[in-house]
Amino acid sequence: MALTPDIDYREMERSVELSEIQHGPEDEFLTLNMGPHHPATHGVLRLLTTLEGEVVRDVKPIIGYVHTGIEKTCEDKAYWKVIPIVERMDYLSYYFNAHAFCGAVETLLDLEVPPRAQYLRVIHSELNRIASHLIWLATGGLDLGAMSVFWYGWRDRDQILDLFEMSSGQRMHTRYFQVGGVMEDIPPGFEDAVRRFTSGFPTRLDQFEDLIDKNEIVLQRLRNVAAVDEQTLLGLGVTGPLLRATGNPFDLRKAAPYSSYDHFDFKIPVGTVGDNYDRYRVRMAEMRESVKIIEQALDGLPEGPYITDNRKIALPPRHELATSMEALIHHFKLVTEGFRVPPGEVYYPIESPRGELGCFVRSDGSAKPARVHMRDPSFVNLQAFKPMVQDLYIADLIATLAMLDPILGGIDR
Amino acid sequence: MPDATGLELIAGELREADADAVLDTLHFRGRATLHVRPAAVPGTLERLRGKGYGFLASVHGVDYFPEEPRLGVIYELLDMRSIDRISVKTRVHTEDPHVPSVTPAWPTADLQEREAYDMFGVIFDGHPDLRRSHMPEDYEGHPQRRDFPIGGEPILYTHNEPREPGWWEGEGS
Repeated sequence: MALTPDIDYREMERSVELSEIQHGPEDEFLTLNMGPHHPATHGVLRLLTTLEGEVVRDVKPIIGYVHTGIEKTCEDKAYWKVIPIVERMDYLSYYFNAHAFCGAVETLLDLEVPPRAQYLRVIHSELNRIASHLIWLATGGLDLGAMSVFWYGWRDRDQILDLFEMSSGQRMHTRYFQVGGVMEDIPPGFEDAVRRFTSGFPTRLDQFEDLIDKNEIVLQRLRNVAAVDEQTLLGLGVTGPLLRATGNPFDLRKAAPYSSYDHFDFKIPVGTVGDNYDRYRVRMAEMRESVKIIEQALDGLPEGPYITDNRKIALPPRHELATSMEALIHHFKLVTEGFRVPPGEVYYPIESPRGELGCFVRSDGSAKPARVHMRDPSFVNLQAFKPMVQDLYIADLIATLAMLDPILGGIDR
Repeated sequence: MPDATGLELIAGELREADADAVLDTLHFRGRATLHVRPAAVPGTLERLRGKGYGFLASVHGVDYFPEEPRLGVIYELLDMRSIDRISVKTRVHTEDPHVPSVTPAWPTADLQEREAYDMFGVIFDGHPDLRRSHMPEDYEGHPQRRDFPIGGEPILYTHNEPREPGWWEGEGS
């Protein structure tokens, strides 16, 4: 018996229709398959490109290579056990996934989050935004040939992971956000460590900009490349830095403040023409604004509980278990069945590093969600890839994909 | 979000244009939902676009098993000027899961309708390229349906591939 089945893979994909391109009889087109295992595709994205010489005439993204059925798995877990699973969707912005899910469940429960927990969420989310943008900068730099930016970006991101490790014990997928607040209060010394980071980080950004901004090669690769106008992007549902690069200042942190974002003074960076250079500048400026938000949140960090005192939702403190029968019962109920959520449907959008991350949760009244859906910004933004790269060189396709910043874990879920 | 009265006003306007377009309105936790007939989806979205809801944030499927009609498709609309959201919901039976596609008018729905087709089996009439988005082309069934079991498929690695004979031949062979 043959080890591998006799499948003609091209035949299986005969329904993938490549665009009909009008061309003269002497023009030759080449269909080139990129990925799914290609380091420049930022994950396992497969691109079916039609090339005329070096020029991209058509591109079809084919996804699903890391589809793991996360949304399906969520339906089989109690609400609080869903949090570590949704964190693994967009694996670079795990705090945001957890935040969107917790926010949706809190809306269903009509639950108030204590101010201290809201501030702690903001601090960790903005640190995560910087970490995510640093990975974008590092890998995007690598795609442009800027090897040193790759190493420096990774180094600074590791400092943020050290902070996450300090507050939650985990460097990635921290399960720090809980329904009703956060898992535990920040440890002593965390504030100083974050301040050390935020005081030094703007200098780091200056150094990155010294490396990149005056680099002739980078400028030629980014400026006036892959510009798409605002209306096209809006029609395609694009949000986040890609949309803001065209000058549209839509940012949910400002537009529809959640989790106390209206307490902080920060700006929304926007671009002008929406080319790759604007996308780069917008994200660099966003990191500076995130630093400002973190410092303000640390300055104004309110005292008080870090998680709701509703014992039906949040675990009782450990010391109560020894003395209170009621606490023991609540603890037992929560870790076995979990809490029940009133029936209903909620769509809760937040601003992730890549755009609007919406979490749709449907509850049927039981202790497990009946449907969890993530409107992942990478998934929707990927549709703008074709209008961006059409009629560009294939080398610019790589650079544009880096500036699009898709995360395949979020696209495939 | 439009409040409960505002939602009724919108529903009233939609009913004026098409008497039986809106089946129900729902206001829950500050979230306004219009439940419309499947055939009325493109028209409803177009009228809401005229009222300022010009951004289609999300299209996703739901399975209401064991209620009937089982399958639902939800469209999340956003007004970027006044930061106002409204949801449009439609429900279809599994025997006749046809919903008119909104991709021609809203290009963002392309991949998202393909995902709902892949995961729930909702057929979007008029979609330019309705293929499975995530699952393999030759996959049978729609995995996000509530009666679709978790697990049950062997996970194939190089070492156990010879021990799972015939997995590629499909059922009945």
